[in-house]
Amino acid sequence: MATSTYNGKTFTFKHGVHPEEFKDLSSHCAIQRMPFVEEYILPLGQHIGAPSTPLVTKGQKVARGQKIASPAGFVSVALHAPVDGEVSGIGLFANPSGQMVPGIKIRTDPYSTQKMAAVPVDLESLDNKGFINAVQEAGIVGLGGAAFPSHVKLAIPEDKKCDYIMLNGCECEPFLTADHRVMVEHPEEIIDGILILNKFIKARKAFIGIEVNKPDAIAALQKLAATSRFPVEVIQLAVKYPQGAEKMMITAILGKEVPHGKLPLDLGVLVANVGTVKAIADYFRLGQPLIERIVTVTGTAVKNPANILVPLGTPMKDVIAWSGGVTGDAARILLGGPMMGAVQKTLDTPVVKGTSGILILGNDLVKDITEYNCIRCGRCVEACPLYLNPSMMGLLAKKGRWEEMLDYHVLDCFECASCSYVCPSGIPLVQSFRVAKGILREKAAKEKTAGQS
Amino acid sequence: MEGELLIPLAILAGLGLLFGIILSLAYKQFKVYEDPRINVVEELLPSANCGACGVPGCRAFAEKVVIENMNPAKCTVSSEEGIDKIAAYLGIEASREEKVVARLLCAGGINEAHNLASYKGGMSTCRGEAVVVGGSKDCSWGCLGLGDCAQACTFEAIHMNNDALPVVDAAKCTACNDCVEVCPKDLFVLMPVSRKLLVQCRSLLEGDLAEAKCSVACTGCSRCVADAAPGVIGIVDNLAVINYELNDLANPYAIKRCPTGAIVWLAGDNQFAPAEKTPLPLGRVEESLDKGVYYQ
Repeated sequence: MATSTYNGKTFTFKHGVHPEEFKDLSSHCAIQRMPFVEEYILPLGQHIGAPSTPLVTKGQKVARGQKIASPAGFVSVALHAPVDGEVSGIGLFANPSGQMVPGIKIRTDPYSTQKMAAVPVDLESLDNKGFINAVQEAGIVGLGGAAFPSHVKLAIPEDKKCDYIMLNGCECEPFLTADHRVMVEHPEEIIDGILILNKFIKARKAFIGIEVNKPDAIAALQKLAATSRFPVEVIQLAVKYPQGAEKMMITAILGKEVPHGKLPLDLGVLVANVGTVKAIADYFRLGQPLIERIVTVTGTAVKNPANILVPLGTPMKDVIAWSGGVTGDAARILLGGPMMGAVQKTLDTPVVKGTSGILILGNDLVKDITEYNCIRCGRCVEACPLYLNPSMMGLLAKKGRWEEMLDYHVLDCFECASCSYVCPSGIPLVQSFRVAKGILREKAAKEKTAGQS
Repeated sequence: MEGELLIPLAILAGLGLLFGIILSLAYKQFKVYEDPRINVVEELLPSANCGACGVPGCRAFAEKVVIENMNPAKCTVSSEEGIDKIAAYLGIEASREEKVVARLLCAGGINEAHNLASYKGGMSTCRGEAVVVGGSKDCSWGCLGLGDCAQACTFEAIHMNNDALPVVDAAKCTACNDCVEVCPKDLFVLMPVSRKLLVQCRSLLEGDLAEAKCSVACTGCSRCVADAAPGVIGIVDNLAVINYELNDLANPYAIKRCPTGAIVWLAGDNQFAPAEKTPLPLGRVEESLDKGVYYQ
């Protein structure tokens, strides 16, 4: 490959924070496959968009990899059974959002094996539309955490052109090492996934952005990229939070900002998580739909931190128990990382497509925060990667002046929590922005329906 | 010297006169007639600007009453005498509107519905708690009990009781909709006071599952459906739903066999009032069964 301007340099964006990493707990642990448990709970709405429509009935036998729910609309994906077994119930189950949502419960057949009656998809026979349809039918969503259906991203409108495929291997959240292990152990699949994507997208180049705290991942991918048929470049990114946010990575690599209200595609960029690309490769090479994912079980209160290949729908308690359980001082459970992860109140919640980690924090890291008045120190302003003014928005939120927060672009906030992290007064900034965004979205929806009638 | 003083004075006086004439001409030219009764009616209104009448503000309501003949009784804040005064002034007949109050569709306070976690999110509001896994209660439909509604209520009609549930004082409630809008769990509904039969639960879980999360949850057991007049109560998604179009047929006997107490017959105007002694249910007593088991 020709020498490039990116060689050997480290890139990043402005602002951001440096939380302690805690990655050493699990970054050296090879991915282990988890055995089947007795029951699996598969919520129908594991992705952003319309919940899938169930195709099975209670008592029906299902096979591993069998489609059990079909997409309801374009922004929706299919759902597959992770094990051989019997549908033991369709009803409301706990899910990571805390709400009871419709889902399918499967009782595992004790003789269920890893075997799957799957056939690789013939890439040559597919056209663009067929490819997008196949990705949707494979149930593939963004595995970085947001669980946005991948085929929606891949369906590039006629008037737009994708120049760069950008793979996100930053994993900037402290503690999490799932993507790290994927890059170290499955670099071939990732490169393969790029080639599959590019067959239909026809980009000019692919970038893989990796934070420099994963030298083994960088080395593994660089080695393969050097011999790749398609120009793939591994970019070293500085260790900073939120480097793995889509917009921050684009700024770091291309030096361009995604404008307000625009998508990365408007800059000719398609961003995908490394795990997602591996899932796409798995589907087209082996015919395996998205039925399992790699989950980091870690935290200061976990006995044996590990990276585990978990069938989707495994209850959290079983994953934790299999990893070795928790120590006595477990104080808080999160799905995802400590910055953006969702706190959990029950261990019955299953691992879903967006679960990148199960994090159990001990008393050493969980503190009660006392809130003081804003001292106008401006640390949140310096931390905000989007150059918003969290201090001002926090003051407005406290007064319930939600509408005025729109002028400060609260809807652009992607809740990275850097502002709350640095605030010396312990003000719940990002928390109040989440509330504000909810209220403003509700209002907009209400006005929309009022306008229609 | 004198000229120096007088000339500016004269100019100022002249300018004043000129602008005065322009203003008075403009006043005559652009005068908009406004019904003087609007001002009087506005004076008679409570100036709460609560919006319960469906019109933004008391002035706008006064305009509607005078110009568009809106019923002054739509103002739920005014006393009956106040409405009568407006009606008498305008020489119209004010029809009485039935009093509407806010009702909470949850009875699971801290003593009935247990918490799975403790919320320490910094924002001690229901809204703040609701964005963190839907709140710390095991029941994901239930009242979070941090009193956003009591805060939002302009008329101080809501107070939190010992069970961390909001109690609406029907006498003070003007049905302004503020609590309905602020509740992140959508637990408030506005209801005419004549609707006495009420299902104080929104949990959609099946029987035992619902009861495991809250001791006063509706389990969807259908006993109330059987005991009420046909069609008054139905079960939709494991939850008893009352058809208020048949409200006249509703009676307190429907709630007698409710195993959890999710369905109530409001004795007074307020919810969560201490239960008063209710008469024994009507119906045929099966003598053959001892210990007085009653059947409809």
